[in-house]
Amino acid sequence: MSILVDNDTRLAVAGITGREGSFHTLNNRAYGTNVVGGVNPKKAGEDVEGIPVFADWKETVAQTQANTAMIFVPPPFAAQSALEAAEAGVALVVIITEGIPAHDELKLYNQVKRDFPNTRIVGPNCPGILSPGKANVGIIPASFFKEGNVGVVSRSGTLTYQIGNELAQKGFGNSTIVGIGGDPVPGSSFIDIIELFERDDQTDLIVMSGEIGGSAEEEAAEFISANVSKPVVAYIAGFTAPEGKQMGHAGAIVSGSAGTAKAKAEALEAAGIRVGRTPTQTAEIAMELIGAPA
Amino acid sequence: MDLLEYQGKQLFAKHGLTVSDGKAVTTVDDAVAAANEIGYPVVVKAQVLIGGRGKAGGVKLAADEAEAREHANNILGLDIKGHVTRTVWIEHASDIASEYYASVLLDRSAKKPLVMFSTEGGIDIEEVAEKTPEKLIKLHVDPLTGLSKEAAVKIATDGGVDEDVIEGVGDALVALYKVWIEEDASLAEINPLIITPEREVKALDAKVSLDNNAAFRHPEHEGLGDAANADPIETKAAEQGLVYVKLDGDIGVLGNGAGLVMSTLDVVAQHGGEPANFLDAGGGSDAAKVKQAVELILSNNNVKAVLFNIFGGITRCNEVANGLIAAFEDLKPSVPFVVRLDGTNDVQGREILEAAALPNVYAAKTMDGAAEQVVALAKES
Repeated sequence: MSILVDNDTRLAVAGITGREGSFHTLNNRAYGTNVVGGVNPKKAGEDVEGIPVFADWKETVAQTQANTAMIFVPPPFAAQSALEAAEAGVALVVIITEGIPAHDELKLYNQVKRDFPNTRIVGPNCPGILSPGKANVGIIPASFFKEGNVGVVSRSGTLTYQIGNELAQKGFGNSTIVGIGGDPVPGSSFIDIIELFERDDQTDLIVMSGEIGGSAEEEAAEFISANVSKPVVAYIAGFTAPEGKQMGHAGAIVSGSAGTAKAKAEALEAAGIRVGRTPTQTAEIAMELIGAPA
Repeated sequence: MDLLEYQGKQLFAKHGLTVSDGKAVTTVDDAVAAANEIGYPVVVKAQVLIGGRGKAGGVKLAADEAEAREHANNILGLDIKGHVTRTVWIEHASDIASEYYASVLLDRSAKKPLVMFSTEGGIDIEEVAEKTPEKLIKLHVDPLTGLSKEAAVKIATDGGVDEDVIEGVGDALVALYKVWIEEDASLAEINPLIITPEREVKALDAKVSLDNNAAFRHPEHEGLGDAANADPIETKAAEQGLVYVKLDGDIGVLGNGAGLVMSTLDVVAQHGGEPANFLDAGGGSDAAKVKQAVELILSNNNVKAVLFNIFGGITRCNEVANGLIAAFEDLKPSVPFVVRLDGTNDVQGREILEAAALPNVYAAKTMDGAAEQVVALAKES
């Protein structure tokens, strides 16, 4: 199985004509992802290496039956593009763009939830979703990962690659790797993704990688202990982060006594979830939990 | 970005909240002139981005010109927990009948704006939340419809404010929500929100944080904050589009990706080292970018050794290695560097580094190994 993206994915990309957008779209296609179209009102009728470009999301979906959207447009326009994709009926909207105002994310989240409840948003400020052997939607370097039984969900891109690579060196493959992004209002939370992994028959172990800021890890801890039967191993980054400083990601900030790495690790451990102190140790715990891969 | 009190009050006034007339000044003479113009008694308030100003002697009442001069003289230049006071705000002193608390912030868990109100104002709100939670009224707002006057009045009523100021407090809450939305704030807080003996509702203090990601649509916010007390290296990094956070230790750290850098700091600390900074180089691998980053790290004189932690995804390690060599040859750093290259083309990258045989530069394969080595090097020097 795997979750969210697979052989049925029909991907269309807003921002396909930009430098980053075209590079990663073509990378995704080279991996085997079915890329059906792109959106750019100024370049409708053109194509990017054979991928047709349409004027808007409605037209794109009508012409291509796209079921997955990837948003690469600059921060001032990204939330609007995501909303239009949802409006056009796209089931999964993956927002790669970093730097979107928090209020735009907040309004997008609430509006999609109210008006387009069948659309799921992943991101913003995320590396995307990879189901090895099936589809890659985003900027995750797919060559490190092979098909397998470990599901990974993470707030950080390069940290995902780091942990994923440690797992790969131990012989583990992945069902799906989901970057939920480092912003304050992610479209999907740990809980949303972990729930999907719990139901996914390809996933035997779930790795979650969190960081300072907010309380999504604490909420996930509670959810896991009540609802998840599969083994979960966690990693938290930011033990040395000072209070009140944004550590790169807009959402990675300790406010007063809230959002510390220590509190998150403790909440997870109190819920019976083991927390690796380093990425390497996290992979070692994974090995202990489900044994060396066959 | 956190705003100074007077900057927050200016945003409050813009959206219809009542604040006292005042003036922000940077010299004693200007402070006295402002006080004379405003009329006594005045309050002289240190403008720094740190709590506990009053206890530190940064807020003083002046009854006449002599006192205004004395207080301005004492407060300008006053160091409050590492923040040097460079600006004082002079405002007409307010008589206080009641002190309330009001704020709007982003509740990341509920994914909604949260309005909080309490009649227990003027004290630490976390204490109120802990000891007397029933006195803290909380309301989540639908960001698609906003805070209505009815809902705001209900908050004031539920909070138990005096009957005659329910309307006024309701208006103040609506205005505060407007500040939060229209200025793209992450926090807008008034503590205390006072009721004067004349039954006026007034913001006596202001704590406002703005979302940096929304700066593109607020050119008018340019220059706000406390630039004078900002760390100079952090400011320079921001100008170059890099995120640098100064820390207290002696091991410089650079990595690609915020999560990986946070993790690197933790791993350095686990090996007994103390990181000197957080620096996310992003996906850049060319020599110019590496050079910029190295210069930033080395401009902190505490740095005794540096750890580069690169996990190449899209970025190729061989290109990073070449960028490093060019930057090092140019800068000739005097402290040791441990460079961990892993990921795309990592073997090639480490070979390039080793072949270049730069003095004091060590190539490493694993994150733990690199951290251990850099901690040892920092202790030796």
